[in-house]
Amino acid sequence: MNLQGRKIQVHDMSLRDGMHPKQHQITVEQMVEIAVAMDEAGIPLIEVTHGDGLGGASVNYGFPAASDQEYLTAVCKAVKKTRVSALLLPGIGTVDHLKMAVDCGISTIRVATHCTEADVSEQHISMASQISGLDTVGFLMMAHMIPAEELVVQLKLMESYGANCVYITDSAGYMLPDDVTSRVALARKELKPETELGFHGHHNLGMGIANSLAAVEAGATRIDGSLAGLGAGAGNTPLEVFLAVCDRMGVETGVDLFKAMDVAEDLIVPLMDHMVRVDRDSLTLGWAGVYSSFLLFAKRSAAKYGLSARDILVELGRRRTVGGQEDMIEDLAMDMARARDSA
Amino acid sequence: MSKKIRAAIIGPGNIGTDLLMKAMRSDVIEPVWMVGVDPESPGLARARDMGIKTTCEGVDGLVPHMREDNIQICFDATSAYVHADNSRKVNAQGAVMIDLTPAAIGPFCVPPVNLKNAVAERAMNVNMVTCGGQATIPMVAAVSRVQAVSYGEIVATVSSRSVGPGTRKNIDEFTRTTAKGVELIGGAQQGKAIIIINPAEPPLIMRDTIHCLTVDEPDQDAITRSVHEMVAEVQKYVPGYTLKNGPTFDGKRVSIYMEVAGLGDFLPRYAGNLDIMTAAGLRTAEMYAEEILAGRFVPAAA
Repeated sequence: MNLQGRKIQVHDMSLRDGMHPKQHQITVEQMVEIAVAMDEAGIPLIEVTHGDGLGGASVNYGFPAASDQEYLTAVCKAVKKTRVSALLLPGIGTVDHLKMAVDCGISTIRVATHCTEADVSEQHISMASQISGLDTVGFLMMAHMIPAEELVVQLKLMESYGANCVYITDSAGYMLPDDVTSRVALARKELKPETELGFHGHHNLGMGIANSLAAVEAGATRIDGSLAGLGAGAGNTPLEVFLAVCDRMGVETGVDLFKAMDVAEDLIVPLMDHMVRVDRDSLTLGWAGVYSSFLLFAKRSAAKYGLSARDILVELGRRRTVGGQEDMIEDLAMDMARARDSA
Repeated sequence: MSKKIRAAIIGPGNIGTDLLMKAMRSDVIEPVWMVGVDPESPGLARARDMGIKTTCEGVDGLVPHMREDNIQICFDATSAYVHADNSRKVNAQGAVMIDLTPAAIGPFCVPPVNLKNAVAERAMNVNMVTCGGQATIPMVAAVSRVQAVSYGEIVATVSSRSVGPGTRKNIDEFTRTTAKGVELIGGAQQGKAIIIINPAEPPLIMRDTIHCLTVDEPDQDAITRSVHEMVAEVQKYVPGYTLKNGPTFDGKRVSIYMEVAGLGDFLPRYAGNLDIMTAAGLRTAEMYAEEILAGRFVPAAA
């Protein structure tokens, strides 16, 4: 693979996707400290939001240590060169949240839907695209669930609403490099040349780096990752690892590799409540194609009802659950416990 | 044969047609008109086949016939954008408007919770909130009638096939209107609504999860009893309204897990979200009809 001379933008997820393994309890002070260190390392773009996006504060997904407004205001003020993005899932957050985030000083809004449901983002993407200077990104989650041809139809919808960049998102960490290549390559061929393409990976099958490289080779110019992999499931593509590989391959990211390594080691790892890694349960997510943020919910329900988290996750995959259906995890666990007790 | 109140349905789409099929079975409502805007509309053709008068000239095509046909109740199953206009026109003819759109210009109505109040107030326009609201607000109310609820949150998961283009273009309206209904009719001090669309095949039956945070420690026995009673109330008009799990208690959190299967009249059974709207709309109309038939209410132009 020859990627010599390619220029890409990396986007750090630690302060948004990383909220999942932290159960949304990262404090404003911790966010500011990490954001400032990332700024100094030259990371161009970082995401700061509740793990489930703007308005995600809920019983269903978890109440965060501070509000989206408090996080965004503090981080946007603290960084100099690094720009800040926010995530929005229509059905959870609304355009009111979007406006609030813009007022806080974000440069980028990412509007996320399940891979087959892009048309619920029209309201949000079209409004965002009319805000002067706002980088507007469409984000199709669980992109492994439909073939490339169908995915491109949905990406084109987001493009037609006004997204200047669209993402293929491997929310379950299920994809293999060929899955990424076929999707990104077809999207690159079918979308307008000026529309940027991005890839968001999860490391559940240990494929975060390989998949991200496949995406770059096929034409993606934005790659998501998180330092030390702080993200849902087995984490996102570990960003400092990806940066080192990019350096070796001659891909230009503009990030200071050693400083990025230091942020990962000195600030992110000590923050973790548990090691974010490929273990039995996060591996099951990737193997079964399950939304990565279900991990801790399945572990908690497994503990509460005396079940195996792996059994719960496999069944959630079989039922083809989608992102946001966290409420079905305890419901399923109760059904499984009842079935066991009556057997 | 007992006397029935005559009604018109505006909007011959999936909702309007399903409503028509339900209304044909009613003891107190007689559907007389179906109103559309497209002469080629299959919904108007279906209505004609069922012996219903039709017009393709919108509400303006209905208005000249309302007095002679004694239309006292209208249902609007069109869109929020045209609802206010439709409502004004049929109210001027002395008919009550039951609003199945998200326009919400009239008071919210969730039959087992506040239908009696809405009818008692003689409102000439009542709004059916949202599908998610109809499916979940009775459960929030079942908790809040036992003890104070500081926060009510509902998660509605619906099949992709059951979500029409109108809802998709304005999904924020669903979350906002439902959250407001959770507060105003459900009785939670603060409300939140989440909608998830799932494209799985075969389509999943509507699922609804209701989380309430009570102010004081929940009275588990009283809440459980209240929830079961409320489920039975909703089952009177939506037989497929089923308590799957719960209520479960975790500190001050009360969680209730519902499944809503429709009757499968015109809409498929999995689309319980649409069925509960048409069933609630008809239930509301029937309550008005009973008041009119008993001589306690004479709808009149304002």
